[in-house]
Amino acid sequence: MVAMTTATPSVRRVRRVRRGPTPGRAMAWTVMGLIVLITLLPFYWILRTALSSNAALAGDPANPLPVDFTLGGFERALGLQSAEEAIARGGAGDGLVFWRYLLNSVLLSTLITVCQVFFSAMAAYAFARLKWRGRDKVFGLFLAGLMVPTIFTLLPNFVLIKQLGLVDTLLGIALPTMFMTPFAVFFLRQFFMNVPREVEEAALLDGAGKVRIFFRVLLPMAATPIVTLAVLTYITSWNDYFWPLMVSYSDSSRVLTVALATFRAQTPQTGTDWSGLMAATLIAAIPMLVLFGLFARRIVSSIGFTGVK
Amino acid sequence: MTVASSSPPSRLPLRRAEEATSKLKIRKGRGAGDDGALAAVFIAPALFGFLVFLLWPTLRGVYLSFTRFNLLTPAEWVGLDNYDRMIRDPVFWHSLAVTVEYVVINIGVQTVAALAIAVLLQRLTQSAVLRGIVLTPYLMSNVVAGIVWLWILDTQMGIGNEILQGLGFDRVPFLADDTWAIPTIALINVWRHVGYTALLLFAGLQAIPNDMYEAARVDGASEWRMFWRITMPLLRPVLAVVLIMTVIGSFQVFDTVAVTTAGGPANATNVLQYYIYGAAFGRFQFGYASAMSVALLVVLSVITIVQYRLTRAGQTDLG
Repeated sequence: MVAMTTATPSVRRVRRVRRGPTPGRAMAWTVMGLIVLITLLPFYWILRTALSSNAALAGDPANPLPVDFTLGGFERALGLQSAEEAIARGGAGDGLVFWRYLLNSVLLSTLITVCQVFFSAMAAYAFARLKWRGRDKVFGLFLAGLMVPTIFTLLPNFVLIKQLGLVDTLLGIALPTMFMTPFAVFFLRQFFMNVPREVEEAALLDGAGKVRIFFRVLLPMAATPIVTLAVLTYITSWNDYFWPLMVSYSDSSRVLTVALATFRAQTPQTGTDWSGLMAATLIAAIPMLVLFGLFARRIVSSIGFTGVK
Repeated sequence: MTVASSSPPSRLPLRRAEEATSKLKIRKGRGAGDDGALAAVFIAPALFGFLVFLLWPTLRGVYLSFTRFNLLTPAEWVGLDNYDRMIRDPVFWHSLAVTVEYVVINIGVQTVAALAIAVLLQRLTQSAVLRGIVLTPYLMSNVVAGIVWLWILDTQMGIGNEILQGLGFDRVPFLADDTWAIPTIALINVWRHVGYTALLLFAGLQAIPNDMYEAARVDGASEWRMFWRITMPLLRPVLAVVLIMTVIGSFQVFDTVAVTTAGGPANATNVLQYYIYGAAFGRFQFGYASAMSVALLVVLSVITIVQYRLTRAGQTDLG
């Protein structure tokens, strides 16, 4: 079984390799440098293009700096330009109101993350710490759920959401992942299993009930895995495209990923509005970059494995 | 209900003894017994989500694959018609082939690259900053990654093609050419996912005791030799699990195709999931789309089982 764990990789910081420049090490660093370059270059190129004007881009495609610096791309992406001006600048006439999609994305991802992590934590606690008949069987069923590929449930889930009359609502998009994912339950159960029993017993002796123990003792103890899971869940739901594309039809429930793809598909007469598109792309990506910036260290050291058996 | 009856079967005598004592304490403290009622409350939301949005859709998906269904009228049972049609549908087989091509390139390149990055991260530096950098593309959505690379690889104005030309090569219409399109999409997704995979492997590498490398070094082993004799054999179980996960994910490619090529040129990138989407939402053939989903489920199950067996086999020679 695989699980991500919150255990930081053992902190052995003994120098593993003799220091000193050898040809092999120089080559290895060169490869590493190349990897970093390939990883980061596209981010710079988004920024550079977003700050360029469409008309000038064509003339100077290889210039490493923004050509004919302008914030026009951002204005178009945020719907701040008039239709005439947008068309004149190489954009599509109908402005996309990215604020709206940004808000939808934030609402949706927050709803999914808060509910999924909380409900999964409750279930994980019940699986790890409470005693009840059939526990192992029900948990086995959840584990089997890990094997079902998402694509398989999407069509029937769409039919269900449609029958519930929730097509084109944020709730309709959120419902399938709002209550749990087998992964989230598994991930947190793993943590609760490892909390020493004495902790609970001490609280019990102090007269706390199990509900109180969960909220006052175990949840705070699980802060690190919960934050990690929450950030990963947020990133996943923020980036999801297929399911929101199926369920949402109008601005009222359109999220950034879907809006971006729509924006990309609107080809203005003059050819793709690269500057506007890159500005929009950046707007869609910045929240995740900020989120990651805040929690990077914690996430980076907690992506790992336990019990690969 | 008595305390004893609620005891879950535990295999280790030590653990049983521990639980027995802990129960005594609990009884002394609260008189608590079976947590059934409380557990029901705690598990209710997750179980509801599981039954309604995972188990039920799975069963319903199988049922729908035996029906003709267009969302407007009730599903009509047609037996194996959809499967019969699928077997005769050349586009289905084509999209399966395209998907397999995508998976082979994507997984092949991604695994080798992730392994290289993980080993470099372990043997060269333990820098958390570098690990963070490597993970950044994972924060982008497939949609964003697709659009950005679409721009970088643009035949006329893309910096990628400018560099190619600068190096003396011809410009390549990466996403508009039917031989290049699938490899290009596969590599775009490698860019987005390789850091995450590398971190999973890196965590696996951390479990290998440093002493082994030191002992090998004393014996005069080169880094290359240590990689093949220590790293690879000890990492193999982790590698196998990572492979299962990434292959399953890889088979479900959709977003990048939808944004960059929309299945074109001339079906060249019409991967299975895109074809399924088209059948359902383009032509409202939900029954047929469900049948193809079942086919995909079967393919993935077989791959998972085979890979799982191989993992088990791989473990015995770890020593």
